[in-house]
Amino acid sequence: MRLLRIVPDDTKFDFMRFRRVSFPISAVLSILAIALYFLHGLNFGIDFKGGTLIEIRTKAGPADLSRMRSSLGELGLGEFQLQQFGSPQDVLIRISQQPGGEEAQQAAVAKVRQALNQIYSNDIEYRRVEVVGPRVSGELLSYGIIGLMLAIASIFIYLWFRFEWQFALGAMIANVHDLVLTIGFMSLAQIDFDLTSIAALLTILGYSLNDTVVIYDRIREMLRRYKRMPMPDLLNASINSTLSRSVITHVTVTLALLALLLFGGQAIHSFTATMMFGVVLVGTYTSIFIAAPILIYLGVGLGRELGRDET
Amino acid sequence: MLHFTRLKTAATLLTAFFICLFAVPNFFPEKMVESWPKWAQRHIVLGLDLQGGSHLLLEVDSAAVRKEKLLALLDDVRRVLRDARIGYTGLAVRGNSVEVRLREGSDLQAALTKLRELSQPLGGILGTTGQRSLEIIELGGGVIRLAPTEPALLERIRQAVEQSIQIIERRVNELGTVEPLIQRQGVDRILVQVPGLQDPTRLKELLGKTAKLDFRLVDMSVTPQQAQQSGVPADSEILLGTKQREPYVIKKAVAVSGGDLTDAQPGFDQRTSEPIVNFRFNSSGARRFAQITQENVGRPFAIVLDNQVISTPVIREPILGGSGQISGGFSVQEANDLAILLRAGALPAPLTIIEERTVGPGLGQDSIEKGKLASYVGSVLVIVFMFATYGLFGLFANIAVAINVAMIFGVLSLLNATLTLPGIAGIVLTVGIAVDSNVLIYERIREEVRAGRTPINAIDAGFARALATILDSNITTFIAAAVLFYIGTGPVRGFAVTLGIGIITTVFTAFTLTRLIVAYWVRWQRPQRVPI
Repeated sequence: MRLLRIVPDDTKFDFMRFRRVSFPISAVLSILAIALYFLHGLNFGIDFKGGTLIEIRTKAGPADLSRMRSSLGELGLGEFQLQQFGSPQDVLIRISQQPGGEEAQQAAVAKVRQALNQIYSNDIEYRRVEVVGPRVSGELLSYGIIGLMLAIASIFIYLWFRFEWQFALGAMIANVHDLVLTIGFMSLAQIDFDLTSIAALLTILGYSLNDTVVIYDRIREMLRRYKRMPMPDLLNASINSTLSRSVITHVTVTLALLALLLFGGQAIHSFTATMMFGVVLVGTYTSIFIAAPILIYLGVGLGRELGRDET
Repeated sequence: MLHFTRLKTAATLLTAFFICLFAVPNFFPEKMVESWPKWAQRHIVLGLDLQGGSHLLLEVDSAAVRKEKLLALLDDVRRVLRDARIGYTGLAVRGNSVEVRLREGSDLQAALTKLRELSQPLGGILGTTGQRSLEIIELGGGVIRLAPTEPALLERIRQAVEQSIQIIERRVNELGTVEPLIQRQGVDRILVQVPGLQDPTRLKELLGKTAKLDFRLVDMSVTPQQAQQSGVPADSEILLGTKQREPYVIKKAVAVSGGDLTDAQPGFDQRTSEPIVNFRFNSSGARRFAQITQENVGRPFAIVLDNQVISTPVIREPILGGSGQISGGFSVQEANDLAILLRAGALPAPLTIIEERTVGPGLGQDSIEKGKLASYVGSVLVIVFMFATYGLFGLFANIAVAINVAMIFGVLSLLNATLTLPGIAGIVLTVGIAVDSNVLIYERIREEVRAGRTPINAIDAGFARALATILDSNITTFIAAAVLFYIGTGPVRGFAVTLGIGIITTVFTAFTLTRLIVAYWVRWQRPQRVPI
């Protein structure tokens, strides 16, 4: 049978030529992402901000948001948000953290339930209620940040073991850049940032390093085999030879994520959207256009001829 | 690389087979599985986000525990000094310690000796840790300060948590729910998970009350109004009623403690038919009760719950039988709940709910459906794509991945692990990543073929070169999963678990199963060319 060949054999695309373009672009995008984070901010969920989340479904017809809004507004709960969540019958109610410690959160939930029951009597289904007090939310946030740093550090040490330090550093720079851009994306799209988002970020980190390691492995092999080939050519050859594998794997992961995105439902939507962005778009780009050329700048293969384009 | 001895083949297939076998109990209804032998019963536990249920994280009020320990210390010091006939002019709790000022400076040594007896060595599992429970310092001028040491306080908090867990278990069991999970978390927290519980309001009410019941005498020397204006006698305090919040003047001394109750049952008053709670004391409680009622016929006594007065019935006659009833304008539910609380016992310290997550069964069921659908669609897409790209070898890869997923379920079953919705996402993701291992091998084989190797050598070299890369690249994802497991809770932890297990099984299947299948195909077909 005729097999599907997405990437023809023996491609000789000159990826390294683009490094003079890709580095500045990446730098700009990173700065943009950081700016977005500080100016636009992330849409922190209750896991990190504390507060209450109630998901309801009205059984008899679509939910009356304006009536709910005015009724809840009278309860003096401070900032709260009502949002349709999927179908017109599903409403997500977010209530900000109440002053007064843990008991105040519970009191707020009771008040909201009472108010909603007054509007809808029994025709309302409480799909989900989540209350995160100030203590736990503070901890989850710090654990999340510590987790990310711990992961970055451990992976860096592991790579240092397996490769030389320039490779470890190159991989870290490329992948932290991935995280920065992904966080920028989350800020732009105001995707819910909660504990599952940390899961997504860690998975993106792990998975795009996966990619980088495959390319670095090939680079290392070629460095040993072709002692006189100039770095840009060597890097190009490495990437070209692993290109077909990279593309195919990215297609399979994309297919898996697509299934999750389209059919996995609202509950994990923020997770899958983030993963999609991180793994597919950013991961592929950085492995090829950042992680490889950065090795030149870090001094790998010094002493070789400079090749066609002098750095 | 392609050489598989019979032993290796058997070992590989048997390992895979047995692990997959553990996945089987999950597909049979629970009733059937219960009749199988214990070792075959391990199965996956559905997380609360798939099953529906309540998750409550409670924190023991450690400040209250510390304060109570100080008050107990105060009583101990008073008792010791009185027994030794050592006079003191001041005795009070100050900050984190108890300070006592002796009347005679010459009593100092004697006092110190006696007080030192209060300090006990703290033991670990293997004997004493060398630490003591009290720190005693002379401040000069006849003042001694006693403070519980930090290890002693932590020990007390730990005990309080253990006690609380038992009491919570009793209270939760009264709700008649499916097996709840109650375990300590960290130093001073307790996790309560009740599958199937949709509305945790009653559970929260039951857990929110300390339920400390005391019987005390009412102070008849002043009226509540007088006490509010001009102050209360030294041995009494003002407490408010539970329903109407009216003030009472109650003696501080506890006449009979609720700890001496052996039973409490809801019932109805014979005359008024209002809901009440019937109680019964143990023998020492009954004796005290008899004594108090004999000495105070005609006077009211107060039933105090958590420092609030439920009622103040008048003692009409001495109660010698050790039983009685509490009425306080209860509804049927309230009488029932109070009986539950009294039977379960008083919590050593108040509990605060610091996190609550409740998922209704509707959402849980939806999540399962969506999870299943996404898994099927994702798998089909990947299988079709692999088949289109690699033909026969794609088929081999698909078989390996299928066994991989079965093994993931097997391991999850074996560990009685919890499956959550993100966990299902983790499995779908693993399918996408697992294929990568096979892709690495196959692409390498193709390269070797293009470089001019014979088919068998190409396949051999492909496996050899690719396996090291597979190991490296999967380890990085595994590190991320490990970190996530460590910092995550609940559903997110479920994701870390499936991802981590998925990586291990992926590496296993890549190293063994795929190789095995290809090796046997080569041996069987003796191919002239590699069909990829």
